[in-house]
Amino acid sequence: MKKRVVITGIGVVSPNGVGIPKFTESIKNGISGIRFFPELRELNFSCQLGGMPTITEEKKREYLSELQLRNFNSSGILYGIIAGMDAFKDANMEPAKTTEEPLWDLGIIFGSGTSGVEKFRESIYKIDDKNTRRLGSNSVAQTMTSGVSAYLGGLIGAGNMVTANSSACATGTEALLMGYEHIANGKATYMLCGSTSDSGPYIWGGFDAMKVTTYKYNDAPENVPGPMSAEASGFVPSSGAGAYLLESLESAQKRGATIYAEILGGAINNGGQRGGGSMTAPNSLAVQNCIKDAIINSNISAAEIDYINGHLTATIKDPDEIENWSVALNRKGGEFPYINSLKGMVGHCLAASGSIEIVSALLQLQEGFIFPNVNCENLHPKITELIPSEKISMKLQKTSLQTIAKASFGFGDVNACVIFKKI
Amino acid sequence: MTSEEIYVQIQPIIKAYLPEDVSAEDINPDSDLTRELNINSAHLVDIILDIEDAFNIEFKNDDMEKLRNVNDAILLIQQKISA
Repeated sequence: MKKRVVITGIGVVSPNGVGIPKFTESIKNGISGIRFFPELRELNFSCQLGGMPTITEEKKREYLSELQLRNFNSSGILYGIIAGMDAFKDANMEPAKTTEEPLWDLGIIFGSGTSGVEKFRESIYKIDDKNTRRLGSNSVAQTMTSGVSAYLGGLIGAGNMVTANSSACATGTEALLMGYEHIANGKATYMLCGSTSDSGPYIWGGFDAMKVTTYKYNDAPENVPGPMSAEASGFVPSSGAGAYLLESLESAQKRGATIYAEILGGAINNGGQRGGGSMTAPNSLAVQNCIKDAIINSNISAAEIDYINGHLTATIKDPDEIENWSVALNRKGGEFPYINSLKGMVGHCLAASGSIEIVSALLQLQEGFIFPNVNCENLHPKITELIPSEKISMKLQKTSLQTIAKASFGFGDVNACVIFKKI
Repeated sequence: MTSEEIYVQIQPIIKAYLPEDVSAEDINPDSDLTRELNINSAHLVDIILDIEDAFNIEFKNDDMEKLRNVNDAILLIQQKISA
């Protein structure tokens, strides 16, 4: 018998808000975190817009000691630590005391795409300059993929599995499902999961070169067409981190913890880069199967889904995603659930997109609202052929939600879909 | 430079790497950096780099092996400066 798993803590470091209160206010009001970066213009980027969370020096010191911050130069690890510790504290959990044994029943899965790219750059310059000995002791910890989980593991005293996953833009959703399985199978009581993405040109450059980012709105960041709009011309690259503390229902009830949602189940699959799928594009059949499998795994019917938190990136693939949801759920027209995409407000947080979007989905489920889709007044005609515009609200809607779906897709033809229920 | 003068300069360098539960007052010339002051052994390389910057000297790999306590550091620094 699998254990039931719930979420009892959340944390977020988003371009439009650091911390749950600020982020909640931003998503309710459609406040964008997308801005113009003079540095990107200087570097001749096509897309000179981005999304980067604002973290003050004081804020850093709430989480890390002066010693830990010496020569610290990894934005993604910083975001992950803040989001992770916030989720841990939000769940009213206490770290193991330094004099005691670790928390054997608490594990961590915190993913990233690449980690510590700024630190890597700094190190590479020193190495090429024949000065490897000047790297000091912290270049490994700040560039390893498991950097966030390693830092969090030490801050908390985690004694269960502490690891990192990586599946491009599906990383955050995959981390949640991996943590869910671990608790459901009785291997841990708590799993702190999430994902992070570094900020800046060294992460965003590759996407700029691929021309998947938008380049027409450099002087008007407030007008970048959002996901699902007819004018959508590519995403805005961004960064941040999202985190969630997963816990067995049994333990959460015993502790009297606040429960955001139950994770009913989910699915992870791959399109095999066949059937229209490639390194960069999804195999639609695989996307549909992933959604269908998540519903079967959750023991619900597709008709129960009230709301979808889409992956929807503001590229030409948005209509395909809507169609895939429609086919997988076997719901179209007025029968289709509400859907929105956070990327209109924060851009595409890449490896962090799944986790930040999951936090946004959980807030909507808990408080009973649907955040507005921004800058998509003119919906893509292929989308309006499939579903009516009232399912894609441009305004904040207060409505009670019970069962919701979140999916993330990524390079490598990876797909992940999770179903949450209010409890 | 006298041992005293060097000690005054390296004391704040070492202080930066002390764990939270060890106070700067615990630093004395004989204290073993890792065993007594509980400095993470990985940070010994950082202490060396900071000392190199402060005194404009460079240590060799086998110098580092000799560094156990504050006195060792003072002796090594004196050798390098006079070399």
